[in-house]
Amino acid sequence: MKKIQDFKVKEYRWLNETGYLLTLYSDQTIEPVSPGNFAEIKVPDAPDVFLRRPISIFDVDYENRLLTFYIKVVGKGTKKMGELNPGTPINIMYPLGNSFTVNGEKNVLIIGGGSGIAPFILLGRELQKKNISTTFLFGARSKNEIVLTEEFDKYGRVLATTEDGSMGEKGLVTQHPVFSDISGFDKIYICGPDPMMKAVAKIAGEHQVDCEVSLENMMACGIGACLCCVTKTTSGNKCVCTDGPVFNSKELAWQI
Amino acid sequence: MADLTVKIKDLVLKNPVTTASGTFGFGEEFADFIDLNLLGGIFVKGLTLKLREGNDYPRMAETASGMLNAVGLQNKGIDYFISDIYPRIKDLDTEIIPNVNGSTVEEYIEVTEKLNEVEGINAIELNISCPNVKEGGMAFGVSCPSAIAVTDAVRKVFDKTLIVKLSPNVTDITEIAKGVEGAGADAVSLVNTFLAMAIDAKTRKPVLSTVTGGLSGPAIKPIALRMVWQVYHAVKVPVIGLGGIMNATDAIEFMLAGAKAIQVGTANFIDPQVSVKIIEGIETYCKENNISSVSELTGALEIS
Repeated sequence: MKKIQDFKVKEYRWLNETGYLLTLYSDQTIEPVSPGNFAEIKVPDAPDVFLRRPISIFDVDYENRLLTFYIKVVGKGTKKMGELNPGTPINIMYPLGNSFTVNGEKNVLIIGGGSGIAPFILLGRELQKKNISTTFLFGARSKNEIVLTEEFDKYGRVLATTEDGSMGEKGLVTQHPVFSDISGFDKIYICGPDPMMKAVAKIAGEHQVDCEVSLENMMACGIGACLCCVTKTTSGNKCVCTDGPVFNSKELAWQI
Repeated sequence: MADLTVKIKDLVLKNPVTTASGTFGFGEEFADFIDLNLLGGIFVKGLTLKLREGNDYPRMAETASGMLNAVGLQNKGIDYFISDIYPRIKDLDTEIIPNVNGSTVEEYIEVTEKLNEVEGINAIELNISCPNVKEGGMAFGVSCPSAIAVTDAVRKVFDKTLIVKLSPNVTDITEIAKGVEGAGADAVSLVNTFLAMAIDAKTRKPVLSTVTGGLSGPAIKPIALRMVWQVYHAVKVPVIGLGGIMNATDAIEFMLAGAKAIQVGTANFIDPQVSVKIIEGIETYCKENNISSVSELTGALEIS
């Protein structure tokens, strides 16, 4: 069930100049979270940030009542969220949206571009529990934007591409050698910039590999009321907040 | 405890707090967060004769103390509402008030005729003020003759309480209010959003796919308040006030300016529980000020 709940800032872990993990704790129990779910965060002490910010849930610790978000500074809301003192109250609506589906796959590829890695710790953990072989492929402009690889290592093989060649293969994710045998995977999960997701979805479609994408459209309410965050699908406009954020790439009316 | 009941012609609301069309879905979206039965009423998402896909993404832009939207009346059409959505919400102990839209007078009439037959629906809100559709919508609400014509036509086919939602994008809102009152409106609700725009200086492009959209939120509250006050003094029918109401104090200000009931809109996006908090706040205000009936607040502004 969706819930509105008060948390407090526990700690930060900065990963590079603009990316950080924000961990929050609550006195109340944590609602069950599925991989792909997100939260609408009310940015505290920020009168110039009017709407909540939709942020993917990175990790959850039910026992210690913790929620962790991987946040990249892209505007005033995400900047402010990186400047709070421990103990600052912060109000969260969660868990929102649908989640990635896992249906008896044997070998999957997870692709994360930039902050698109956010939903994949939870997914990696679920896949590991189900003994599904997992390969992570992360793409970024440069080495310092490839973060948390040691966390993902626990759940599968980690590969990387960087546009400047400073880490892993040089180039875009779709130029990675792993794509030479893409049919060996029975599913691709991807979250990242639209051009990356479209390029991957196109290849997945050509090789008949099932592909789930997680979209990051701008949102207001996060619960399917305002209809602001829609994406075009084969069955009309759908809300990314409630019908998504995860869509099968075949459902999306992408011009690819 | 104060009597919170308000009457808008034959429509009885258990309290003056309702939710604005387009900001509250069909109510169900908020059921995890509040008891919907506590609300005075729910103005549900705008309905049209046929399914509408609405405008392209992006449809939203955050602005200073507010937001722009350009949803464009996305909905599955009146028949789907009556057959699939309304049965799920009709047993709520609150007034479900459909918001009626059309590209032509005939479409408004057809949608209204269908709703007139639905048992349990005691009122409609005639939307002649949507700024985000190419045809109809606000076009009807910004000129007196067309506002009168559509109100008059709908009045003839609707036996229950007819509320007309006014656009603020006019030179003199009292003229439109008087016009629709004369054409048979039982109440007016105001204001819809202000036509506005946002630009991304980096890309030199508009933020919204439609270039312009409707501004809502606390940024518009002082203007909305002024318009409610003016219209309250210009017409005899009840006024339902909205525009940037974020808390009980805002709601009470609208009532003092002349509103008999209020609608909570954009605030629902930030706090899904705000509508219920506003009811509680009004109750507390009445208690602290020895007000026995909330209607006493309507137009109680003291100008010395």
